[in-house]
Amino acid sequence: MATTAAHAPAQGNTWSGGKSPMKASYGKLMMWFFLLSDAFTFSGLLVAYGLIRSAWPAFAGAADEFVFSLNHWPVPEEVFKSFPGMEALGIEKAPLVFVGIMTFILIMSSVTMVLAVEAGHRMDQKDTQRWMLWTIIGGLTFLGCQAWEWSHFIHGEHGAGATSAHMNPDGTIAFFGANLTLNQYGPPAFADLFFFITGFHGFHVFSGVLLNFIIFYNVVVGTYQRRGHYEMVEKVGLYWHFVDLVWVFVFTFFYLI
Amino acid sequence: MASHPEANTPEGEIPKAQTKVIWKTFWILLGLTALEFLIAFTVAAGALKKWTFILMTLVKAFYIVGEFMHLKHEVKTLIWSIVLPFVFLVWLILALVTLEAGYIFDVKFF
Repeated sequence: MATTAAHAPAQGNTWSGGKSPMKASYGKLMMWFFLLSDAFTFSGLLVAYGLIRSAWPAFAGAADEFVFSLNHWPVPEEVFKSFPGMEALGIEKAPLVFVGIMTFILIMSSVTMVLAVEAGHRMDQKDTQRWMLWTIIGGLTFLGCQAWEWSHFIHGEHGAGATSAHMNPDGTIAFFGANLTLNQYGPPAFADLFFFITGFHGFHVFSGVLLNFIIFYNVVVGTYQRRGHYEMVEKVGLYWHFVDLVWVFVFTFFYLI
Repeated sequence: MASHPEANTPEGEIPKAQTKVIWKTFWILLGLTALEFLIAFTVAAGALKKWTFILMTLVKAFYIVGEFMHLKHEVKTLIWSIVLPFVFLVWLILALVTLEAGYIFDVKFF
């Protein structure tokens, strides 16, 4: 009875077999559920950030009197206020400008990715190839920016008027930059969370670039043209947009709030 | 594949690109990000600023997931299987960040 029912054409009931109720292929569906679980992981990190941050006092004084201290959580725009070549241009501080550029690069690469998906729908090999390549370039640029951001964060603020959470008794700065136990910018937890959250996201960008490259290669050699559809571009696109999505949240919670 | 009617286009005949929605979404995302920058440097810190940022982030997330990831145009079952687990998670996040962190703060400093 049960075996015959399984082979009978499904009628009426969406879930009685023979149909694809979500109208999505197995691979795409699994990508969605993987991304959901990945979102849980990132939420765990952001929850940890929110909880630890709210459990520290905020800086109470006027904005221009801000100093780095172990007694309050740092204001992000006082920590992230540099970009490469700033000293040469004579600019003293550029709060959040560099991270803004990084955000723009990632949104832009998300756009080129969706353009690649669109080109794939039209079976346009040349266009898919072109937009995939731009997406890879965007991803690599973002990674380069992040490498600079990390390096700057680790080496610290040395310039005039620099403050630190770690001061010598004579008033000179005892520690520049940040590692997992010491942090110029405030409580060590701030640096730990910076390394873990942006590091975990950066690792996702890195694996995304690798995946994009594999798909790009397949597009170039014509694998999907022969297969008759470009669904692999869609799947890797889902992953890439997710990376962009996570950055939108990291940007808000780590840099803005 | 049945779900890819576009794939049946004969070779050599490539339809024109339909990119209007993509660029519209891009301008919305860019505009919101620019507005966030403006708010970051003009509005004083406080609960209002914080919740404005969170709201704007959710709007951006809606456009990325809905348009770029195409979820808006999927079947309802698929939309809810992704969105519903996340709604419960957001509830947990709010509880942890607002209630639990406040408690830790009180225990540490008062």
